[in-house]
Amino acid sequence: METAHKRPNYILIWVYLAVLTAAELALAFELPISRNLKLVLLLFLAVWKALLVALFFMHLKFERWNLRIMAIIPLPLALIFLFAAMSEHAW
Amino acid sequence: MTHASATVDMMQPPYPAERGLDVYNTKLGMWVFLASEVMFFAALIGTYVILRFGAPGEWARPGIVLNIKVTAFNTFLLICSSVSMVKAYASIQDGDRQKMRFWLLMTILGGATFVGIQVYEYTHLVERGFLPSGVREGSELAELVAQGTLPAATMGLYGSTFYTMTGFHGFHVTCGVISMTYLFFTKALPGKYTRQDYRGIETVGLYWHFVDLVWIILFTIVYLI
Repeated sequence: METAHKRPNYILIWVYLAVLTAAELALAFELPISRNLKLVLLLFLAVWKALLVALFFMHLKFERWNLRIMAIIPLPLALIFLFAAMSEHAW
Repeated sequence: MTHASATVDMMQPPYPAERGLDVYNTKLGMWVFLASEVMFFAALIGTYVILRFGAPGEWARPGIVLNIKVTAFNTFLLICSSVSMVKAYASIQDGDRQKMRFWLLMTILGGATFVGIQVYEYTHLVERGFLPSGVREGSELAELVAQGTLPAATMGLYGSTFYTMTGFHGFHVTCGVISMTYLFFTKALPGKYTRQDYRGIETVGLYWHFVDLVWIILFTIVYLI
């Protein structure tokens, strides 16, 4: 079980995650911006944090493409499900 | 095609086997399981989005019912436990069993504390009158509804979606804590993990990071938006 890749700086990723969480809280409760802009920015920060976890803690950044594809496949399926359900609601 | 040539074709040796994903079985199994988990949580989150944005009225503003400070601390705790998990993984890759045990134990403690704080949160919310079915009559939150601070029409949807999503996530964290505790006592403590074979740590680590990832999304959409 050799690791061919250079090991990421896990503590640095942890600092990023902590700072982004603090930014989310400040954005949600302190910044006087419109609700829609807040919604977009909060979702952006959440996706950013989720990507950091997936790429560096779950090591997807260093995995082979075939395994990465397996991890990515459910995401479009989930989006299709979500949009299909939303369009049903709109209809 | 004559009979003879068809026979010759059939007698061709099989193609050499193609290389597969090149990962060991438990890791592959965990990734397949996580793919199904993505769909599971997509169903929960999708339902929430549809119920919330199709609700007959405003949704409760963040911070009125839920205690954001406690949950923010819990979020930070789960992120820390993800780091300790990956440190356990890195330690055994270096062949350091003692460090691996320490970081795995820290991860278990972090996860157990997360569940404990969630139980505290639930108890506190129920005391204040926030139930899966909505707001209990005569409670502190019922007064806020009467004053117009909380919307009466959507509190039932709010309660049911909140407890369903966070409850299922809490169940996943509990399963992770139980799995890690099992591995700690049966594999890590007796020294069965080595620099050459640390499959259990990597596999349970993938699950644990996924649980953390799901919470990152849930924290934003349930508590902050």
